[in-house]
Amino acid sequence: MFFRMIIGAFRRQWKKMLMIALTVALGASIATAMLNVMLDVGDKINEELKAYGSNITVVPNSQAVMSDLYDVEEDEKKDEYLAEETLGEFLTIFWANNITDFAPVLDTVVTVDGNEVQLIGTWFDHHFEFKKKGTVYQRDTGIINLRSWWDITDGEWLDEAKLSGDDYAMIGKKLSETLGVKAGDKIKVKGAKGTEELEITGIFESGDDEENCIFTPLSAAQRISGAEGKYKKAEVSAITSPDDELAVKAARNPDLLSGDEYDLWYCTAYVSSICFQIQEAIPDASARAVRQIADSEGKILEKTELLMALITLMSLIGATLGISNLVTSSVMERSAELALMKAVGAKNGQITLLVLTEIILTAVVGAAAGYFMGYGFAQVIGQSVFSSAIEMSGMVAFLVTVLIIAVTLVGSIPAVRMILRLRPSEVLHGGH
Amino acid sequence: MKLLELKNVTKRYGSLYALDKVSLGIEKGEWIAIMGPSGSGKSTMMNIISCMDKPTEGQVFFDGKDITKYSRRKLTEFHRDKIGLVFQQFHLINYLNAVENVMVAQYYHSMPDEKEALEALERVGLKDRAKHLPSQLSGGEQQRVCIARALINSPELILADEPTGNLDEANENIVLDLFRQLHKDGTSLIVVTHDPEVGEVAERVVRLEHGKIISDKKNSGFAE
Repeated sequence: MFFRMIIGAFRRQWKKMLMIALTVALGASIATAMLNVMLDVGDKINEELKAYGSNITVVPNSQAVMSDLYDVEEDEKKDEYLAEETLGEFLTIFWANNITDFAPVLDTVVTVDGNEVQLIGTWFDHHFEFKKKGTVYQRDTGIINLRSWWDITDGEWLDEAKLSGDDYAMIGKKLSETLGVKAGDKIKVKGAKGTEELEITGIFESGDDEENCIFTPLSAAQRISGAEGKYKKAEVSAITSPDDELAVKAARNPDLLSGDEYDLWYCTAYVSSICFQIQEAIPDASARAVRQIADSEGKILEKTELLMALITLMSLIGATLGISNLVTSSVMERSAELALMKAVGAKNGQITLLVLTEIILTAVVGAAAGYFMGYGFAQVIGQSVFSSAIEMSGMVAFLVTVLIIAVTLVGSIPAVRMILRLRPSEVLHGGH
Repeated sequence: MKLLELKNVTKRYGSLYALDKVSLGIEKGEWIAIMGPSGSGKSTMMNIISCMDKPTEGQVFFDGKDITKYSRRKLTEFHRDKIGLVFQQFHLINYLNAVENVMVAQYYHSMPDEKEALEALERVGLKDRAKHLPSQLSGGEQQRVCIARALINSPELILADEPTGNLDEANENIVLDLFRQLHKDGTSLIVVTHDPEVGEVAERVVRLEHGKIISDKKNSGFAE
C-alpha cells in the first residue's frame, strides 16, 4: 500500500517531482564539479606553476651562510662550487619522484667581440645517469622544462642528445641584436681558460635579464671557466604540498618537532621537507625554497579551494531553498489528502515518512543525474582552465550523496512542520 | 450505558462560542441527525465527537471513558478504531482507485486486505467499480466509496458530515438506504445535515443554534 501511494503520488505530481529532481540535479552537478576540481586542483595548479620555473635552489653551504649573514646579492658572492656528482643525489631522496626537473648552473663572465657577457653552463634536455650502492638512477632533465616560457625566435632548442660535442650555445634576443648574430652563426667566446668557438642553435626571448646571456652545455662552461666537474647552483622544480602550521614550525627548526610531527613532516611533500632531504643527501649544500613560487602555490591553492568550497556551499543553499519551496507547495496542494490520512488514523510519523520517501527518491534520481552533469562540468573546467581531464573521485560521489540527502532533509523541514501542524478538522470540515 | 456522552462541552474561538455548554447522550445503535443553520456549531460538534478537535471546556465520554483526557497518540488510536467518517466532499485520494481508497483506511488501522475492501465495496454496491479512479466515478458512487472506507474497520460509530450535500436526489436516496441498512445492522450513526429530508429519516433529531441545543426529540416519522 505504501508503495502504491508513492507511485500514485509520482504519477499525480510528476511535474512538481521533476522540478524537485531538476533543482537537486543542479545543486548536485555544481557540488560534484566543484568538489572534484577542488580535490584535483592541487596537482593541476602545481603543474601550472611548474611552468614558472624552479621552486628550490641549491647552493654551496658557504655561499648560503654568506648570503644569510651579510644579505649579499648574487653578483657579490664569491665563487663557491659544488661537485657535479652531487647532482645525482637529487634522485635518491625520499621525495625524488616529486622532483620533476632540475638543472645545474655554472655562470662565468666571458668576452665576445669586445663585449663582456655572462655565460651560463647548464643542462638543456640532458640524459642523466647516476649509480649509487648498486642502483642506477636515470632522468632526462634540464632547462627545457624549467624555462618553458622562453620563446624561440630563431633556430631551435639546443638538443644535447642530437648534437655531437658541446660547442653550441643559445643566446638571448637582446644579445643577438647587440652582436648582430643569428641561429647557425658562430661566436668566439673568451673565458678565463681560453677561447672557444660556439655555434648558435637558437635565439630566445625570455623577457628578463637572461636575454643578455649565453647558455651553453655545462661541460663547455666548465672548460671555459676552468671549473671542471663543478657547478655553482642547481635549480630544482618539485611538486609540493601547501605549507601549513606544521611546515611553518618545521621551517623554523626541525629539531623542535616531536617524533610524530617529524615523521609526518618528513613524509609530506612540503617544500621545507624536500629541502631538508636534499641537504641530508648533499651535506655541502644548502637548499632553499624560492619563496615567491612556493608561497604562490600555497596561496593560489588555498584561495582556489576556498572559492570552490564557497560555490559548492552557495549551490547547496540554493538547492535547499528551491527544495523547501517546492516541497512546501506540494504539501499545501495535498493538504486535503494528508488531512484525510490523519482522519483515517495515520500518525504524523507515517505521513512524514510517506512524504519524505517521495522527496528522497526524487532527490536520489536528481542527484544521480546531477552527478553525471557535474562530471561533464568538471571536464569542461579541466579542459578550459587546465587543458587536462579532471580525475573523478569516488569520495566525491559519496560526499555528494550525503550532502544531497542532508540538503533534501533540511529543505523538507518547513513541509514536515506543516504536516505536523495540519489539522484535519480545519481542512476536511471547516473550522466551525 | 451510553455510547457517547457530551457534558457541558464548550468550544471557544477567542470571544466566539462555537459550542456553549452542550450536553448530549447517544445510545448504542442510535441514528441521530444534528441539524441547524450555518454557523450553528454542527461541524464543531462533529470535530469534537470525532476527536479531531478538543473542547475548550467540558467532557466527552465514549463507552464511559473521558476521551478529552486522552493524549494525542491515544486519541489517534481511539479515533482510528472506533469511528468511521463520511465527508460532504468525499475526500477520496484521486490517484488511488476505489478499492485502494478503501484500503488506505485499513493500512493506517492494521493491515490492508483487498478481499475485505472488495467486500466493503460490494456492501455499498460498487464491487464492479473497484478499479475505477475517483474521477471515473459519479458523485453518488464516490460517496459510497467514502462510506465503504468508513465501514472497513468496523467502527462503533459512523459520523457523516453533510453526506448528501453534493448529491442529486437519486444518489441521496441510495446513501440514505445505506444508512438505514447500517442502522438495521446495529451501527450507531450521527449525521450532520441541514437537509430536512435527511433529518426526517433519522431516529432522533438534535437542533443546534448559536452553539446551543434548542431541541432534541425522537422522530415521529422514523421507520425501522
